[in-house]
Amino acid sequence: MTDVTLPPPDRFSVAGKSIAVAETVEVLVVGAGAAGCAAAIAAARAGVSVMLVDENPVSPGLVGMDVPFYFGGRATNAVQTPERLVEQVLETSPALAKALEAGVDVRLSTSVWGAWVKAPGLAGLARGLAGLADEEKSWFVGFDRLVLATGARDLNFTFAGSDQPGVMGAQGFHTLLARYDAFAGRRIIIVGSGALALQTADLALRRGLEVAALVEVRDAAQGPAEAVAALRDRGVEIVTGHVPLQAKGNAEGVTGLVLAQRDDADATREFACDTVVMAVGTVPVIELIDVLGAAREMAPARGGHVPVASAEGATSLAEVFVAGDCAGLGEDAEASGQRAGRVVLASLGRAASDPAAADADAAGTRSTPAGGGLGYQLDWARALLGTGGTDVLACLCEDVTRGDLLGVKPPRYLDWRSNAIGRRDLTTIAADGPVNPDQMKRLTRVCMGACQARRCREQVALTMAIGANVAPETVPLAGYRAPVRPLPLSVLADWEEAPDMDAGWNVWFGIATQWIGYEDIGTEREAEQLRAGMPY
Amino acid sequence: MSRTGTSVVVVGGGVTGLSTAWWLARSGVDVTVVEKGIVGFEASGRNGGGATHYQSPLFHEEQRLWPQMDELLGYPTEYQRERIIFQVDPRKEKFHEGLSLRLPAGYDWEVLDPKQVRELVPLAGDNVVSGVHFHFGGHANPQRTAQAYAWAAQDLGATILQHTAVTGIAMAGGRVTGVETAKGTIGCDALVIAAGPQTGKLAAMIGVGLPMAAARAEMIVTEPLAMMPITGVDGNGLYGRQTLRGNLAYGGGPHEWQDDVVLDAAPPKPSGSVTRNLAKRVAELLPKAAHARVIRSWAGVIENTPDGRPVIERLSDPGNVVVATMSSVGFGLSPASGHAIRDLVIDGTCSFADLSKLSLKRFAGIRDDWRAHLKWLPPQAAEVRVGPGGQAAR
Repeated sequence: MTDVTLPPPDRFSVAGKSIAVAETVEVLVVGAGAAGCAAAIAAARAGVSVMLVDENPVSPGLVGMDVPFYFGGRATNAVQTPERLVEQVLETSPALAKALEAGVDVRLSTSVWGAWVKAPGLAGLARGLAGLADEEKSWFVGFDRLVLATGARDLNFTFAGSDQPGVMGAQGFHTLLARYDAFAGRRIIIVGSGALALQTADLALRRGLEVAALVEVRDAAQGPAEAVAALRDRGVEIVTGHVPLQAKGNAEGVTGLVLAQRDDADATREFACDTVVMAVGTVPVIELIDVLGAAREMAPARGGHVPVASAEGATSLAEVFVAGDCAGLGEDAEASGQRAGRVVLASLGRAASDPAAADADAAGTRSTPAGGGLGYQLDWARALLGTGGTDVLACLCEDVTRGDLLGVKPPRYLDWRSNAIGRRDLTTIAADGPVNPDQMKRLTRVCMGACQARRCREQVALTMAIGANVAPETVPLAGYRAPVRPLPLSVLADWEEAPDMDAGWNVWFGIATQWIGYEDIGTEREAEQLRAGMPY
Repeated sequence: MSRTGTSVVVVGGGVTGLSTAWWLARSGVDVTVVEKGIVGFEASGRNGGGATHYQSPLFHEEQRLWPQMDELLGYPTEYQRERIIFQVDPRKEKFHEGLSLRLPAGYDWEVLDPKQVRELVPLAGDNVVSGVHFHFGGHANPQRTAQAYAWAAQDLGATILQHTAVTGIAMAGGRVTGVETAKGTIGCDALVIAAGPQTGKLAAMIGVGLPMAAARAEMIVTEPLAMMPITGVDGNGLYGRQTLRGNLAYGGGPHEWQDDVVLDAAPPKPSGSVTRNLAKRVAELLPKAAHARVIRSWAGVIENTPDGRPVIERLSDPGNVVVATMSSVGFGLSPASGHAIRDLVIDGTCSFADLSKLSLKRFAGIRDDWRAHLKWLPPQAAEVRVGPGGQAAR
């Protein structure tokens, strides 16, 4: 028979422990843009309980950390009072007013930092669970269906000096200027010349800002010809075949941008400006999709890594739906949200309130973003690397240069040198198997910072593709993890935790026999220690 | 005997298998590591990094080796000596009395009063009740260390096959002759199975019963903070460390047992559902860090044997196989476990420690329903309880 001394039955697992849910709702919609509002309104009009959550206006702390957009230190003091910005946000979104009228429970300045459904590894979840937070606290919301309409964020590239105030993304620029009325710059230069860059220029000019120039790596402007011509008619130069080389600045941030010819770093032009707006492209916000564990795919025409989804927005998870840009760039957001609303209702066995509308836009169409796919992004990455060199930061939070990434160097704070490490680089990593950004995160700390890699994720993947000489489409996603917004410990903490959690909490598995000293195994001292219990 | 010239195949590219390969390569042995994914990508790279395991027969070797590992490997491990444990729950004020029963003689440590704790751990607060200071043990960076073993082994001639799942084990004449993979069979004179949660399934391929169960556990990490004088700080139901970058990385609390682990894919590792409970305890342990922002969580999947103790054994039949599971406590002991396994492979016995109590023999005749008996089973979906905040989802 067995000699083994078995520990007591496990009371330290998740089984039987409570997760307190502060609120429950039939349909939770994340993101109150056109897509999210449309989905929420469709569901609410059918009599379903709907909560619509949007993190805007975000707190000044998050603005300073470039979360969720690349705000680049160009916000005015108006962001110091988010409660006053709420009015501003409501005014600029008629759809939100309609959602409120339809009976949607709208929560602004509230983020969703995680979401989970019953799945392998989470067998105990009886229903969907979402983590919400505001500035003071976090809480869980139980849901039957989740609609993610989280939109798109800025695609960023770095150059010398881009780690100073005044370098920002187009989404951050649009949010500060059009939604918050809190943009601090006067004269901007726009990087990119596709539809996004042209829209950015148009917005800036309409708001009375100066646009010094647009910069385009390729030989021709990328946006619709009429829009390009219209912009040129307004006296704005589009500098083609160039990339940013260096942002000049002082204590206040950017004062000018030096451009280099794509293939000749010595052929430069300089423009005075106080802000550089990165408008090469946007990236679908798939953070919660990834935390949920829904199936993803690489679809360059839709902006990169996107959820696998039906035309109506159904994902690989029965409870989870996507709408708008987060499902893949280029779709009509409102129509996408309406379709998602209807398919959510159908999945709940509820009829849409207005069946006639169902036929109006049955077929979804996607338009491919200007420039198209990762080849265009790769052109930027190659030209910026070729002109700017390897000393430019690839990751702003963690001070990791492109050279550190290409050379797979340990982080600088270790100050580690050895011949052995000198022989390692991305090509040796690639020789051992396909390159993976999560491995580079561990080795170089790239993408590991407080901005949660929103400012560098794509650029790092492109640089890895260049260093390992592989197609950028083959580089996996650097994974997202909850909390997908950086939340203070005191905010994230469950201060009203159920007593069963504390009673069944152990530092590790709580297997009493595991910690008996080897010498004591099989002796009276073992029995004595097992009777006494674990020391802590 | 070898068909391809490889002497030893190690299945499992975690820290135990990689350390073993490095030790074997140091002894001039041809060694090939077969790993289904990327080295160190599972529990070996996802743990708290602790290196203070006084319960283990490998403890003395663990303590002897860690201070040398950076130099021996040629790559950084971020090893930091010393450890503080302190408590903030008044009921645990005398926890050091239980500890003193368990600490081996010959290692320096002392009891700290709250003021002394705050001097060494500036992020601690007024709620400290008592602490201890170990002048041994410590912690390292699991991800960096796992890669360091792999690179150091390669530098000595070892082969590391990533993205290579094992599909079978070839035997002839009562001995293992090779490991079958999707990319072909790799012949060997000896086999080491050190594959974490998959070790039991692999052992079963050669008719060896090794009871184990796998579970998922979570950690969280904050943005970087100013460095503390001592960075290995545990307590309040948590294990963890301040990284050399300054982040606080902490784990602890409920685990979730899993039904099965597959041999050819990463186990599911969702994280975040325990994050709020971890955040509460870190904020209680280190109140002056309560403002620090949590920027990530992660989960790892770890195996345990029924008594939670390792199996490190050169089998008698087939006689050219060593099986090794560290039973959820493998990272810190890895410099020593690799040494022990190297000894078992080459010499048949461990040169520096008695490992007889870690034999598989102890599980002979264990009840078939041991997992159910120990309640080491996944939670039931319908297990709903109402908590104080409203309805409960689990």
